[in-house]
Amino acid sequence: MEKLLEIKNLYVNYKTDEAVVHALNGFTLDVYKGETLGLVGETGAGKTTMCLSTLRLLPEDIGEVVSGSIKYNDIDIMKASKNQMRQLRGAEISMIFQDPMTSLNPIMTVGEQIREVLDLHYPDMPPKKRDTRVDDIMKLVGILPERKDQYPHQFSGGMKQRIVIAMALVSEPKLLLADEPTTALDVTIQAQILELMKALKESFNSSMVLVTHDLGIVAEFCDNVAVVYAGSVIERGSIEQVFSRVKNHPYTDGLFNCIPDLTSEAKRLTPIPGYMADASNLPKGCKFADRCVRCREKCKETEPELQEVDKGHFIKCWYADERSGET
Amino acid sequence: MLKYTLKRLLLLIPVIIGITFLVFLVLSVSPGDPAVMMLGVEATEADIAAKRAELGLDQPVLIQYVQYMLKAVRGDFGKSWYQGFDVLNEFSHRLPYTLTLAVLSTIVAVVIGIPAGVYAAVRHNHMPDYIITFFALLLSAAPTFWLGMMYQLFFSLKLGWLPASGAGSWKAFILPIMSLTGGMLAGNSRMTRTWLLDVIRSDYVRTARAKGNKESVVIVKHALRNSLLQVITQIGVGFSNIVGGSLVAETVYAFPGIGSFLSAAVKSKDIPIVVGCIIVVSVIVGITNLVVDLLYAVVDPRVQLE
Amino acid sequence: MKKGQMELVWIRFRKNKLAMLGLIVMVLLMTVCLSAPLWLDYSKVTTQSIINAYQAPGGGHIFGTDQFGRDLFARIIYGGRISLFSGLITIGIAFVVGVAMGGTAGYFGGVVDTVIMRFCDILMSVPGVLLSMTIVAALGQGLVKMLIALSVAQIPRQARTVRAAVMTLRGQEFIEAAKCCGTGNTRILLKHIIPNVLGPLVISVMSGLGGTILSIASLGFLGIGIAPPTPEWGTIISENQASLMYYPFLGIIPGLCIMIAVLSLNFIGDGLRDALDPKQKN
Repeated sequence: MEKLLEIKNLYVNYKTDEAVVHALNGFTLDVYKGETLGLVGETGAGKTTMCLSTLRLLPEDIGEVVSGSIKYNDIDIMKASKNQMRQLRGAEISMIFQDPMTSLNPIMTVGEQIREVLDLHYPDMPPKKRDTRVDDIMKLVGILPERKDQYPHQFSGGMKQRIVIAMALVSEPKLLLADEPTTALDVTIQAQILELMKALKESFNSSMVLVTHDLGIVAEFCDNVAVVYAGSVIERGSIEQVFSRVKNHPYTDGLFNCIPDLTSEAKRLTPIPGYMADASNLPKGCKFADRCVRCREKCKETEPELQEVDKGHFIKCWYADERSGET
Repeated sequence: MLKYTLKRLLLLIPVIIGITFLVFLVLSVSPGDPAVMMLGVEATEADIAAKRAELGLDQPVLIQYVQYMLKAVRGDFGKSWYQGFDVLNEFSHRLPYTLTLAVLSTIVAVVIGIPAGVYAAVRHNHMPDYIITFFALLLSAAPTFWLGMMYQLFFSLKLGWLPASGAGSWKAFILPIMSLTGGMLAGNSRMTRTWLLDVIRSDYVRTARAKGNKESVVIVKHALRNSLLQVITQIGVGFSNIVGGSLVAETVYAFPGIGSFLSAAVKSKDIPIVVGCIIVVSVIVGITNLVVDLLYAVVDPRVQLE
Repeated sequence: MKKGQMELVWIRFRKNKLAMLGLIVMVLLMTVCLSAPLWLDYSKVTTQSIINAYQAPGGGHIFGTDQFGRDLFARIIYGGRISLFSGLITIGIAFVVGVAMGGTAGYFGGVVDTVIMRFCDILMSVPGVLLSMTIVAALGQGLVKMLIALSVAQIPRQARTVRAAVMTLRGQEFIEAAKCCGTGNTRILLKHIIPNVLGPLVISVMSGLGGTILSIASLGFLGIGIAPPTPEWGTIISENQASLMYYPFLGIIPGLCIMIAVLSLNFIGDGLRDALDPKQKN
């Protein structure tokens, strides 16, 4: 399979008044053409930072890429000109932002906001055609095209999210970065929206990175999964490889143990002890060492690399082949 | 919209009745008998009584007030107690000067203040930002009348470029406008900067960037339009302050508007002039606020006029 | 606000150089003006000496002398007492009345709210300076009368700020929770609402203070503030207006004093805003 996006050893810092926060620490991830990749991790693990870095939209003066590289189809994102980046944003790589409530401009009609993407990237398309495209995509996401002259505040949360999705998809991008697109929504609407995104993605033959902290969603909608912890990918593999629970990173194990399992005899869920490492003051060795059941001296001293345990299944752990104690 | 406008205009009436009544009440309890002040201490009891009757001062305050308002509605604002001229007639000569001054000062404050604020926000934490913020802070801390005097000293007396007083030519308007606009200009630029910085960090501006917009388009089309909403709401307040400031600034420049006229009337307690002035100013301020609200509703689709 | 929160605000405030500068200048100004009777004889303020008229700054008189040969430095120091403390008292009155009015209006809503807010609308229908001028005209000149006149102009602004803040708080869960526990209205207002609206209120008070000092100067300049020969920064400028062309320092120095005082207050106000609401910081 062909690589579409290649992130290598990416380090990103946020500078605040109080401290420097190490958001990404050697983040490495490849996204293949046509793939739907689930990106899982808890809040603050660096999922959103990865998406923003890819578009070079880290908050100015605060977020900074320290080292590492991002390549999109042979384009070096770190070295691309501003102009080149503008060509990519919205046309080749689209992002669906986390909060639909605040991601839409309150004083522009939704039609204008969707059309703006076409105006920017298809200046040669006749205006009539652009209008039809807007109508079509609105129909696709399930909003009456007649409503395109309305403003965001006239729509419900779920509908706003559909508009955000329409905006991201109208230019048929090659890569879709969906940052927790359904977190703000009701469970019933969640499934609908995800089905919709999956269908659209397939009809445009795009790749999608679906950022979420919900393993259920990943199992349902993704081909592959990458687990993020403290700013780096600690496990990557196909849904089968990861969810079969034969070989897992201890953190992934912990995540599974937090999900109620009807077939298990355990009376209680097992939470992962402790909290995620403080991103402004990271430990020297493995970032998960403090909370890990497999932790040994080596883990505290040196950080492991991603190791391929099966074909296409990578785990960032010195003891990747071991099983954590069954629950 | 029309219904709303009419409703707001009707709502102005109780406000004007309220403020004029308040002023009437306060002025009526104030020490000193106007009749005595007008006729001088040598006047006889009978003369004073006659004068009091002529002015209606022998009536209870409420009756005086109702009588005054009944006349005012018909366009009769009474005569100045000490100078004898018709108040409304005098207003009609003086008001255009003050309004010109206030409107032009507001325009200058908007035309210079808002772009300055935008520039400061775009060059946030760089030299232009510091310079603009510094000048805005200085301007907002300087008393209007003092600024006026300093401009006078420098531009008229020292350089001889502009007339120091009066309203003889368009040149005479420049210094009063410069001193009046200071506070609002500073306010506009600081507010535009603050709100723009606020909006620039918002999610929808990030969305606009993610679409592949140019930075200039992101700022003007997406960020500025949203931050201006906040600035517009302040224009009414700024205008009201400028009208207030003109009362003082006109005195500095012996400018023939209602300001210099009013401050003299306040000192001599010339009630018809003071009350007339309050009515006129509150109508102007009320209408300005209405215009601002209408403008706001036009720019922001979320605002529902009711 | 809890003690810990106060400490946090102070830590953030301390980091702001301009705000600290403003605070230091303000404390210095206040101390110098307040302690003036201890080291500067009041007679210097009023003693006239025609031979010494129009002395340039420096020499025996730090800021020079005016047309009557009065020492400008002494007049400015004693004038500062009036300007600064009138400002503080005015804003103090406006604060107390504004909190009472705005808090009541915002918390109870309905008719109470309508009545109070319409009253504020009426007071705000004319510019503050005009309102103060009219009240001074009615009551006559004098310190107390001027304080009343200035407070009346400030009250509606403070009341509106408090009301808006209280309105947003009113519907929030922790207020509902307090109600469910059977807490009385007064207690909810004093214990739960007022401490939470302190932030916006402090900001509005600080900007009101700067504005009030400017208004005092304006009234003084128009000759309807504090009656002469008591010095006050605005009246000092107005007394010297005629001599300004030949002796500009007589106008520049008192004007700069006003600017420095207001600027310091604005710095403190901005610093407090950033410290109280770090999200808004830029």
